[in-house]
Amino acid sequence: MLEIKNLHAKVADSEILRGINLTIRAGEVHAVMGPNGSGKSTLAHVLSGRENYEVTAGEVLYEGKKLLEMTPEVRAREGIFLAFQYPIEIPGVNTTYFLKAALNAVRKHRGFKELDAIEFLALVKERMKIVEMDQGLLNRPINEGFSGGEKKRNEIFQMAVLEPKLAILDETDSGLDIDALRIVANGVNALRSKERAMIVITHYQRLLDYIIPDYVHVLFDGRIVKSGDKKLALELEERGYAWIEEQVQKNQPVNL
Amino acid sequence: MLAKVMDVTEARSIYQTDYLRLKKERSGQRNAWTHKIRDEAMACFAKLGFPTNKDEEWRFTNVNPIATHPFEPPQYDIKGLTADAVQRAGLGTLAAGAVVFVNGWFSPELSFLRGIEQEVKVGSLAVALNEGWEWIEAHLARYASYRDHAFVALNTAMMQDGASVYIPPGRLVKEPIHLLFISTPAKKAAVSHPRNIIFIGRGSQATIVENYVGLEKGNYFTNAVTEIVVGENAVLDHYKLQRESEEAFHVATLQARLGRNGNFSSQSISLGGALVRNDVNVVLDGEGSECALNGLYLVSGVQHVDNHTRIDHVRPHGTSRQLYKGVLDGKSSAVFNGKIYVHKGAGKTDARQTNKNLLLSLDARIDTKPQLEIYNNDVKCTHGSTIGQLDQDAVFYLRSRGIGERSARSLLTYAFASDLIGLIRVDSMRAQLDKLLAARLQKDS
Repeated sequence: MLEIKNLHAKVADSEILRGINLTIRAGEVHAVMGPNGSGKSTLAHVLSGRENYEVTAGEVLYEGKKLLEMTPEVRAREGIFLAFQYPIEIPGVNTTYFLKAALNAVRKHRGFKELDAIEFLALVKERMKIVEMDQGLLNRPINEGFSGGEKKRNEIFQMAVLEPKLAILDETDSGLDIDALRIVANGVNALRSKERAMIVITHYQRLLDYIIPDYVHVLFDGRIVKSGDKKLALELEERGYAWIEEQVQKNQPVNL
Repeated sequence: MLAKVMDVTEARSIYQTDYLRLKKERSGQRNAWTHKIRDEAMACFAKLGFPTNKDEEWRFTNVNPIATHPFEPPQYDIKGLTADAVQRAGLGTLAAGAVVFVNGWFSPELSFLRGIEQEVKVGSLAVALNEGWEWIEAHLARYASYRDHAFVALNTAMMQDGASVYIPPGRLVKEPIHLLFISTPAKKAAVSHPRNIIFIGRGSQATIVENYVGLEKGNYFTNAVTEIVVGENAVLDHYKLQRESEEAFHVATLQARLGRNGNFSSQSISLGGALVRNDVNVVLDGEGSECALNGLYLVSGVQHVDNHTRIDHVRPHGTSRQLYKGVLDGKSSAVFNGKIYVHKGAGKTDARQTNKNLLLSLDARIDTKPQLEIYNNDVKCTHGSTIGQLDQDAVFYLRSRGIGERSARSLLTYAFASDLIGLIRVDSMRAQLDKLLAARLQKDS
């Protein structure tokens, strides 16, 4: 589904991604871990098409198509979804209106009939249950006055409505208390399927107790320096990132 | 070859000639008192001349295109004006009736007042003057100052028609009174000077919509003056909609005087016109009176809109609120100049003013100037203005969900502007303007 080859990217003259290689197939959940500043969020933003990042080398193929040549909205319509680390508040834009416009843009692109107001509301009511969202939030402007947990739930709710093929969760766990974390993780798990791939970016192993990944990658200094299965996450939890840093600096292959 | 451009003196002499012609027509008619005022006003205009950028109140608005154009007198012409066109111009809110003017002239054919004139006096100023109503003599040209404002002077000298609205004391007029000014561009650009006088009697309540519409493309000049008296404990919601043709010039002064505990709200929505100037002046002349002045201006292309407000707090315990918002695209420009003047006797004044601007293009220009002049220590006054672009993070957020860039930008622009539409208390008009705003932003983006 997704092939990232030798991806280099910089922001304001400093190179953040320095040769990422990663292949993701449908149905797989990949966790990307790493210390602060390792390039995790940059990877998420480059994949979703944020403009402040400049790709200097490499390519990304999504279902065989050149992803980096697509605008952010086309990527979304093609099935890529980014759950933001910091979902923003947009005063004056009603959540229902926004989500209906988004869903119908996606459906139109994929050749499906656009939903009318009644069909849309039926869908939304069903999907709200996945993250235990309060229906009142739908009538509020996007994220306005939402708590941190509500904002993250809203991201997963939007994902449930838009039904992406590839979801990128950018530190969806950070700042959540354990109850909110459980709700968000349950939502994500409910959306796991054979057709859907996920990239779960996180700083902490804790999230991976709830969302069990098929693969774990360690991002360090703009490169994936280590890949493994869920045991790697536990290892990182126990030993921290320092030992990886040491080995990278000694220019040694990273061994457990 | 360039078409002949007149110089300012030449254009002014045309107004003089027109004035003398009108004076001749008037001679022998009643209302001698208006003749005296007109003569005075014309003398003031001759002395003042059209303002230039050297005049502080006109620093950012160049009226040369108006000052150098030889406008023709307005012609009453309702050919091709269908009932349907009138309803469209009225934004589908004319159910309760409307006083319709065409090129400045009252139109008995197009006006319809569903019995409303039984309880209140609503109609043509020319007719009312002819009938010699006393209240008009007591109030007309007593508030809008023709001594220091050239366009008010010109209007006062040249006024021929407009709306007169008299609400006697103790009336609750539920349906909005719609004053509809339709312009139909002629071959040669014309000028009209609509003059409106509105009196809301003690304890009464009313809603008045003053709606200026250009039905076709073309140049003309509307120079309107509206004087409003809000009596003791009376309430007036006033809506001014400006949707002149994109080639038209529109200069309008609204002058309101509030009595004790009077309550006045003004929503000024400016969408059309090539060169537009709105003055809204309110004198809180009674203890405990209150006004809310709100405005929305949407400009694109090479449009220029200038909004000047002045609030005079004269008596104690007055409250004023102002929110003006602008959306500027293309090479358009706008001005907001808001003055709050707190007089010595106006203790416990509470005044707030906000102006927010959204610039959608690098070539658009806004000059915003809040001014406070306070001569009393016991007051609460705040003002602030902002100028910004669309939030790029918000644009990206919407795009990342599949919404196209143009739609994302227009959705965010709509969100910025729509809260002012939300303040409109006439349901049908709010819905229509909401649609109009959304359509306009789709077109611009």
